[in-house]
Amino acid sequence: MKYSALSLLRAGLGGHKDWPRAWRDPEPKSHYDVILIGGGGHGLTTAFYLAAAHGVKNVAVLERSWIGGGNTGRNTTIVRSNYRLPQLHALMELSLKRWEGMSDEINYNVMFSQRGALFLGHSDSDMLQLAQKGDAMRADGIDAELMTRDQVARLIPLLDVSAGARYPVQGGLIQRRGGTARHDAVAWGYARAADRLGVDIIQNCEVTGMDITSGRITGVQTTRGAIGADRVGIAVAGNSGRVAAMADLKLPIESHLLQAFVSEPVKPMIDTVIMTQSLHCYISQSDKGEIVLGGDPDAYPTYSQRGAPHIIEKAAAEALALVPALSRLRMLRSWAGTTDMSFDGSPFIDATPVEGLYFNGGWCYGGFKATPGSGWLFAHLLARGESHPVAAPFRLDRFETGHTMDEPGVGPMPQNR
Amino acid sequence: MMLIPCPHCGPRAHAEFTFDRPVEAITRPDDTADALVRNLFSRDNPRGHSRELWRHTYGCRAWIALTRDTATHAITDVQAWGAKA
Repeated sequence: MKYSALSLLRAGLGGHKDWPRAWRDPEPKSHYDVILIGGGGHGLTTAFYLAAAHGVKNVAVLERSWIGGGNTGRNTTIVRSNYRLPQLHALMELSLKRWEGMSDEINYNVMFSQRGALFLGHSDSDMLQLAQKGDAMRADGIDAELMTRDQVARLIPLLDVSAGARYPVQGGLIQRRGGTARHDAVAWGYARAADRLGVDIIQNCEVTGMDITSGRITGVQTTRGAIGADRVGIAVAGNSGRVAAMADLKLPIESHLLQAFVSEPVKPMIDTVIMTQSLHCYISQSDKGEIVLGGDPDAYPTYSQRGAPHIIEKAAAEALALVPALSRLRMLRSWAGTTDMSFDGSPFIDATPVEGLYFNGGWCYGGFKATPGSGWLFAHLLARGESHPVAAPFRLDRFETGHTMDEPGVGPMPQNR
Repeated sequence: MMLIPCPHCGPRAHAEFTFDRPVEAITRPDDTADALVRNLFSRDNPRGHSRELWRHTYGCRAWIALTRDTATHAITDVQAWGAKA
């Protein structure tokens, strides 16, 4: 059923009792053209674009628990394309353009809100760096505006821009097309849209092994039996190393964790995404009214999805210094996601040495914003067997060949991100 | 929050320490180019026991080697590290 104002009205008159389920709950078939391991945003968008853009409809998404229960539901929902390097501009802007048409494309309101994503500058060198980044973005056709301190103060009246502020604000760089989206809706919307095109979304189905015969993948072993496939895509960020190990592959990835936390809901007080990279703290307000806060990764390998309090304390202290009005808010909950930390901070969308097995991962703590672009590019790779030009630089062997993409400019160690 | 037993200082808060790398990623001057690339840029990334190099950065500043479970954070072994250890 197509969601519309009319369908809402009709269901409302019937007391909302007759909504059909949003996607089927199929039994796995014995064979698929393409199997995607991982039912998060990236796996679901890949499945959707395989069916919608490439006509490959005999596709299954295998999810070990429920869809969107991993990092898709654990991020701070920020969407932006304000990067420094041209390869990342191409990738993230392709993604941002898909965000702009997403709700129409999948007939599901993902509540994408282009409220502006602002990087604060706290020093002369910050402002120089932001000006360089803004120039680089505009040169690649992406919107960016350098702002003075007064402009920032007018945009965010609650920000402490006084001379005595703990973190003095000199100005900022805003991408007005950046913003936030409803993260769960992205998983649900793409699942529903892919399902309507014939994709099987199979939850509670954990992949436990891969069937590889003379260097070629023929299928996967799962907790619901063996399933054959011509091609298999891995999109399990956080657990990439564990899944790749089933094919005897070692990846340039460590699994770390990133925490986030939210306050009790309050009336609208911050209508922009505030970020600061020299402090590393980001602040936004959800549509429910919660203040959403995030900070540094915990910076050591862990699968625990459970972070240390001193990291939260640092992010909270920075947020309070920037927006003193937050001081009376009580925090409702905190959580952590397992992040695929690559060695240069950039992701991988590439074939693996096993024929028919493809890999998408290494998104560090920035995968949510890339969700539709990642799916678009991974679907291209899975359907055609060759990389889309935008995905071509994101190779698995780029460290061996010296073609790293060190966006933050901090060298090849994941804990430095 | 982990309580890390520094071999020099005793049990101290995790916030005093920084992670450096898994022991498998330690490189040596006489490594071949292939070994260097392999050690620097590929990881077992285990869920479970991992042997890692940490530093007591905000304490005695010594390097230490931990055996740590990456799922439960249980530390089962800790040793001093380096030429004089």
